[in-house]
Amino acid sequence: MKLIKLMTVASILIGLSGCNTFGGGAKSDAEATSDVVVEDRNAETSGVNGENVSGTEFGDGAEAQVVVGEDQFQGGDILDDPNSPLSNRVVYFEYDSSSVRQEDIATLEAHAAYLGENINVTVRLIGHTDERGSREYNLALGERRALAIRQILMLQGASVKQFEVTSFGEERPSVEGSDESLWQQNRRVELNYIGR
Amino acid sequence: MTKRWLASLWLLALLLPWQAQALIIEITGGSESALPIAVVPFGNEGFSAPEDISAVIQNDLARSGRFAPLPEADLISSPHEKSEINFKDWRLLRSEGLLVGKVSSVDGETYQVQFQLFDVYKGQQLVGKRYQVPASGLRRLAHQIADQVYQTLTGEVGVFSTRLAFVSVVKNADGSKRYALQVSDSDGANPRTVLQSKQPILSPNWAADGERLAYVSFENGKAEVFVQEMQSGRRNSVAAFKGLNSAPSWSPDGERLALTLSKAGNPEIYILELATGKLSRVTHNSQAIDTEAVWMPNSRELLFTSDRGGRPQIYKVSADGGRAKRMTYEGGYNASADISPDGRMMTMVHGVKGKFYIAVQDLTSGAILILTETGKDESPSFAPNGRMILYATEQQGKGVLAAVSVDGRIQQRLGESGRDVREPAWSPIRK
Repeated sequence: MKLIKLMTVASILIGLSGCNTFGGGAKSDAEATSDVVVEDRNAETSGVNGENVSGTEFGDGAEAQVVVGEDQFQGGDILDDPNSPLSNRVVYFEYDSSSVRQEDIATLEAHAAYLGENINVTVRLIGHTDERGSREYNLALGERRALAIRQILMLQGASVKQFEVTSFGEERPSVEGSDESLWQQNRRVELNYIGR
Repeated sequence: MTKRWLASLWLLALLLPWQAQALIIEITGGSESALPIAVVPFGNEGFSAPEDISAVIQNDLARSGRFAPLPEADLISSPHEKSEINFKDWRLLRSEGLLVGKVSSVDGETYQVQFQLFDVYKGQQLVGKRYQVPASGLRRLAHQIADQVYQTLTGEVGVFSTRLAFVSVVKNADGSKRYALQVSDSDGANPRTVLQSKQPILSPNWAADGERLAYVSFENGKAEVFVQEMQSGRRNSVAAFKGLNSAPSWSPDGERLALTLSKAGNPEIYILELATGKLSRVTHNSQAIDTEAVWMPNSRELLFTSDRGGRPQIYKVSADGGRAKRMTYEGGYNASADISPDGRMMTMVHGVKGKFYIAVQDLTSGAILILTETGKDESPSFAPNGRMILYATEQQGKGVLAAVSVDGRIQQRLGESGRDVREPAWSPIRK
């Protein structure tokens, strides 16, 4: 099985430009504001001839991403089987709750079993919330959701070293809009297997 | 409710590219007791000024809700200095204050500006000054003159020459987003982008010097705290521990930051001493979310949000740690506290049945007053004179900024075409 690795490239461009100086006269304090441009450090580049590809491969925070074709399941890894419960990698939550719902238990048991059998596999748990309420509180709530999933997976055989926990709070909704049918799709934890 | 658009000045700005696009200020509610004031358009000699100074001053005064500038058509004459004023005539207009002034330039680069504020009934000058500024300093100067008029007539500090920081978001054609941390004048004009990223930016917080901003950036794939100097653009990562690094709040002396860190496994409040990097932990509650700390003006205590009681509520704790005292009991959700400069009033997001409003709570009596009505209001931030609260809300599915007076009587909306704006923070008064 051939894996195509899309190298991600870390590049930070800090451009200082356009110093806007104010005042200078009586009572007008000098003030200047520079533009600092911080480009996405995790920028993905498909192909290798991108103009912005710099030499720093796999810098801190850079990650490899694996693209697996549709029919590549060759009896090797069940993670690639679209019919396995492992193909389900998002679990959802009630409002302001980090309790795992009954219907997600089977999915999580399958992931726990897989992680228990493959101790070198690591997974990133990314917590999200809907848009309601405080952004900072939601950031913490997203983390709590991801930690709740980690705890269940660990109780069933995975080890703490197999996890990375991140939260984006309400900043990365899966769908945008303002009603409960959309909000419920945003209150979620995503399980992203690393290096795959 | 009167709807008044202060459009004339902003129409021009709308024609400029987005970087220079101003926020539009709409006053959605005003105070009945607004003081009439006559602002006479300033005279102009030599090169014409690139800014209409008297218009900026007039807008500032109107926007505060404390003043009702007379319509230009009602002004009986156009004096520019005392010798041209017939006080007897002006008394007929029943406006106590009369502001006149003039602008002159011999080269279009440096401008001389003078203003005089008169008490019409006494026929006396209350304040008058003369300045020399470069063309680029004219707008700033106009806000400073407005501050002096405000202070002279109300006895309170004006905040027109302060700034607003906020986050704006632009959606690209491919659905990806571009985030910008921006700083504008207090009237929303002249927005400057101080940071741009493809990843979310959150929670800007001004140091008391008005020169440094702390904020949360996801540029490295997770929430980390940065401090950026406005003048130089220099920035430093100050917290990038495992887990969350968020909710920065400057101590009044500008030497420490209260932060939320989850490096010990759960979000807790810490204090970071910036010079030494020394961290001290304030909260110890491994079951609860503790976040959004804000310093009391006494520097000894912090307000923060915690769900230790089951739902998010505001608590107060000593900066040295110890037992926290619950501050909010009304409503199932209270978060994002900010404190007035005199330490007497707290503002917060107040949730009732899944709707979120901006409220103020009197810290002595505990009484709360709900100030807003959209149900999607967040991120309240006190003006440095404690009169107004700036916050984020939504209009037609888009984030906009708004401000409300602490008594709820004056309401303004700061809309900006095409951009989603959020996470406002009102700067301190520049010394």
